[in-house]
Amino acid sequence: MSSIIARRRHPAAGYAAVAGGLVVVGVLYSTLSGGGASAAAPAQAQTQIAQGKSLFEDSCSSCHGLDAQGTSQAPSLVGAGAAAVYFQMSTGRMPAKELGAENDRKPTDFTTQQIYAIAAYVASLGGGPAIPSAAQVSTAGADTALGDELFSTNCAQCHGFAGAGGALTYGKTAPALDASTPTQIYTAMLTGPEAMPVFGDGTVTPAQKRDIIAYIIDTRNEPNPGGLSLGRTGTVTEGLVAWLGGLGFLVLIAMWLTAKRRHRPGSESQK
Amino acid sequence: MSEDAVKIPQALGGVGGWFDDRFHGARGLRVLMRKVFPDHWSFMLGEIALWSFVILLLTGTYLAMFFVPSTNQVIYHGSYVKLDGIRMSEAYQSTLNISFDIRGGLLIRQIHHWAADLFMVAIMAHMLRVFFTGAYRKPREVNWLIGIVLFTLGMLEGLFGYSLPDDQLSGAGLRIFEGVLQGIPIVGTYLAFFLFGGAFPGNSIVPRMYIIHVLLIPGLILALITAHLFIMFHQKHTQMPQYGNTERNVAGQPFWPYFMLKGQAWFFFIFGCLVVLSTFAQINPIWLYGPYTPLAISSASQPDWYMGILEGSLRIMPSWEINFLGHTLTMSVLIPFVLPLGIIFTGAALWPFFEQWATGDKREHHINDRPRNAPVRTGTGVAAICFYGVLWAEGANDVLADKLDVPLYTITWIARIAIFVVPIGAYFVTKRICLGLQKHDSSMLTHGVEIGIIRQLPDGAFVEEERPLTEVERAKIDSKKVPLALPGPGEPDENGVPAPGSRGVMGWARGVANRAFTETVAVPDGHGNGHGHEAIEGEGEHAAVGAGDSGEGGEHGAGDH
Amino acid sequence: MSELEEPARRHRKVGTPSPTPSAVDTQTEEEASSVEAAERQSLDPPDKKHAQNAERLVAALFLLAFVAGCGFIAAYVGLEVGSSATPAGANVVDAVFRSNLALGLSLAVALLALGTGSMIWVRHLTPDIEIEEERHELRSSPADRAAFQHEFAEGAAITQVTKRPLLRRTLLIAGAPLALAPLVLLRDLGPLPGTSLRHTVWRKGLRAVTLGGLNPLRPGDFQPGSMITVIPEGFQDNDDALAKAGVILIKFEPGQLNFPDRYQGSTLVASMNWTIDNTIVAYSKICTHVGCPVALYEETTHHILCPCHQSTFDATNGAWVIFGPAARPLPQLPLMLDSDGYLAAASDFTQPVGPSFWERG
Repeated sequence: MSSIIARRRHPAAGYAAVAGGLVVVGVLYSTLSGGGASAAAPAQAQTQIAQGKSLFEDSCSSCHGLDAQGTSQAPSLVGAGAAAVYFQMSTGRMPAKELGAENDRKPTDFTTQQIYAIAAYVASLGGGPAIPSAAQVSTAGADTALGDELFSTNCAQCHGFAGAGGALTYGKTAPALDASTPTQIYTAMLTGPEAMPVFGDGTVTPAQKRDIIAYIIDTRNEPNPGGLSLGRTGTVTEGLVAWLGGLGFLVLIAMWLTAKRRHRPGSESQK
Repeated sequence: MSEDAVKIPQALGGVGGWFDDRFHGARGLRVLMRKVFPDHWSFMLGEIALWSFVILLLTGTYLAMFFVPSTNQVIYHGSYVKLDGIRMSEAYQSTLNISFDIRGGLLIRQIHHWAADLFMVAIMAHMLRVFFTGAYRKPREVNWLIGIVLFTLGMLEGLFGYSLPDDQLSGAGLRIFEGVLQGIPIVGTYLAFFLFGGAFPGNSIVPRMYIIHVLLIPGLILALITAHLFIMFHQKHTQMPQYGNTERNVAGQPFWPYFMLKGQAWFFFIFGCLVVLSTFAQINPIWLYGPYTPLAISSASQPDWYMGILEGSLRIMPSWEINFLGHTLTMSVLIPFVLPLGIIFTGAALWPFFEQWATGDKREHHINDRPRNAPVRTGTGVAAICFYGVLWAEGANDVLADKLDVPLYTITWIARIAIFVVPIGAYFVTKRICLGLQKHDSSMLTHGVEIGIIRQLPDGAFVEEERPLTEVERAKIDSKKVPLALPGPGEPDENGVPAPGSRGVMGWARGVANRAFTETVAVPDGHGNGHGHEAIEGEGEHAAVGAGDSGEGGEHGAGDH
Repeated sequence: MSELEEPARRHRKVGTPSPTPSAVDTQTEEEASSVEAAERQSLDPPDKKHAQNAERLVAALFLLAFVAGCGFIAAYVGLEVGSSATPAGANVVDAVFRSNLALGLSLAVALLALGTGSMIWVRHLTPDIEIEEERHELRSSPADRAAFQHEFAEGAAITQVTKRPLLRRTLLIAGAPLALAPLVLLRDLGPLPGTSLRHTVWRKGLRAVTLGGLNPLRPGDFQPGSMITVIPEGFQDNDDALAKAGVILIKFEPGQLNFPDRYQGSTLVASMNWTIDNTIVAYSKICTHVGCPVALYEETTHHILCPCHQSTFDATNGAWVIFGPAARPLPQLPLMLDSDGYLAAASDFTQPVGPSFWERG
């Protein structure tokens, strides 16, 4: 102790004190708060729906209401279905951090098992579209040409011809599709999250959804044979590169080409 | 004369003689060899366009060996398996073949498209250089007009060129083109049906665009480029206002061998730059767009950059339509189609003549102006750039909204206000900046150049030491020429008769313009202000650079000042 | 001074003071020949050592260009593309990527090496010679002009055209139809529009099928918030028909869709009676601005947005224009259920679809 006190005027003393305080607070917080994962502890004794219910009450009910009936801040989830929950939570959009603003994809704090539990609970309240199985989202044998046709007609106007995203009105955007999993794409089409329209199985059949997913996956994995993709947003970036890269480079070369020649010492003085 | 500096091989000499026997070439070729091309980097911008055009011709010919200009529908079973089974036109299929099945095909396709973009970039940069240095003045007005026509032809050529593959993006552009044509009063529907051979899309547009793109417009461009170069050759290039450059000389290195070597280097650099772009920057990936279908569209659909101003005009316009007597006048479409480009091209075409009218300056000009010495011209040019630029940016409004996180409609509203405010503001700001730079120049004439040595005077004050300008520096500053102040509107001359050009509304307008053009900063020693130079026509002395004395236009020799 | 006389050699950098003019103007014979000798010497670059180094550098660059050029040919021969490059399952895009990179890189290196070499050659291996030409008067001499005028007038007089108005006028008249002939030939470029812009292929009972999947639709296939593009059954390969007949179907919650009957003149152009159960509505997918597919539908705001120029239509209000350059709402297609319960058109559109035109009304 005295050795600590003896060093109290050391230049690094202040930093050490702050660091120590942070460590203490952090340890206390994590011990006392329990975090989202602590609910796993008694899970073995509960059914999935019951687990989902308790998770829901912790994380969702403050906006969506204790029975998911909706409040002024968030819509009712009765009838929304497991697919909607899966999409919103696995992309990290829910739980929403801000009300009203468009929710962007973020890393999620929940495990897949927890998401399935909450989804099962919400589904139990009023039915709704189910989470597709692995077979339903498999792209094996899919028709990417039909997928291209369907994507161009129903998706590209918002998400861009190559899934690079696009602007909507009032600050909303249709996100890029580079990070979505097949299940997320499927459930997004099925449930029409936020501004996205619903593409139910009646209008876009499950097989057609697989074709679209295959098209999206193929396109985003495809290399760009012509060089850098320039964002796959089309001609705007191309024009920028032509002016800055093309003209800019050539102007510098032109300046070199026409620069006054240096005369070396010892050469005939050409005056 | 003395013996030749290099021994010409006998074979070469023999061939030369054979041709000379038939074509009398020695004298003319001597003129060519001695031709002087002044050196300034900004004089090389037009050549970028020239060499890009040559590269377009070469790569275009190669592509034409493989491209099929037909909208006959086929089912694709080629090597790009993602689209296997899809219905597409033969034009699109042949473009896929070029990209994926021909070695070097994608490279040549990309070089062709980058060269088209660079061609237009170079034309615009060259045009701006010519404008800001006043190189369009007499005797070069016709060349300026030819240049504007070349710019227009280039835009059309590019539009048809990128629409040939019949992909989703360019097809949407064609749809817009057809919709705009359709809206033209009285003849619109006929024009649209005649061009497309019927309703949109029809089967005729691709073959027709093809022949316009590979034969008609390239022929016109080639003819106009030849005329453009010949005129430049015959009138000799302008020069920058530098020591030793006068209105009566052209100083620089001779064509043979300097300009040939530099031209060769420049060609390789331009071509090399295009190949670098085509290797590392993907352009027009039509396989990602997919074949054209009339009911699909992508976000971020823009035409190539040089059509962006039209796109922005269409986006900025609020909705307006006039219905009367069973007819519809769709102003939402007609105003964007006609007004912005009309203003810019008509304004550009008329500018040399407007300037002559406003300044009364009918002399030949072979020495360029420094932009700061022509504040009205420079201000107007910057205002035009801002006008063009606002519309160009608005054409990309959804991309800007997405990337910059600004709401979509907000960008349009900003553009709607900026299109009026920014050019006007830019004119005034630029003009003031020019006058400020002129002031700096004239203070340099009076005080000299600061040399970075600070001296403390006995009384404690600090001054920076200065040195007088060298002849070279002085020549550059002295090159300023102020336009003649015309008589005021309706002002009578010594016989009591007002000049004809100064009467009436046009006279008043001319007076306003003239006063704007003659606003300048006084140069010390009374040089170049007020006295001006008389409007001299025909044979007469042309004022030389640095001719400080008014109106007498003598040669400025060393030690003469 | 004609262009062909020996131009004054300045032997100076541009921008440095010139020698006093008298030195050039008043050369004597001896001075002239010694200048000549000096000129012959000065055809070489000034600094021999530096020039040698420059030559080596340029040579190296040219050799690099040679190697790169050979590389281009090798890459062309060695790297395949297309089906021959891709055994089953492999991706042709990878092969094209490699080929493009190899060909492009080698060509670029060759060209840039040639360019750099040429540049260094001209800047470091040549003497810095400058010359000056005099500009000649562009305007012809008065004597030339007068002679031209005189001879032109003579020729014109010989033709008698000024003295014989009958000749002149009949020549002009003769030329007029021939001048018009090329324009006349353009008539068969296309059919006259007639009334074709006023109609689409939709007819009573013609089923709507999804584009791509070609599935007919029943009301139960929709959920509130659905949007789907449909086309008339059987016309999926007819692009001319599709370019006017594409339709978007949107389903709402009951009560959301609500607008009064709208008329253009005496023609009904929008009506809740044309919907299915007041919840499913059909609008033309062809934007009334300049004809792009107006495809963005925002479920939360019920706005239909055209991505081309941001014309925005309120889907709950008969596609009324709320922003952007479009001047008219999207035409509504009357819907009905056919005998099997599938969605079909109840009639064609009651107004022309797509961009406005002069004769539209």
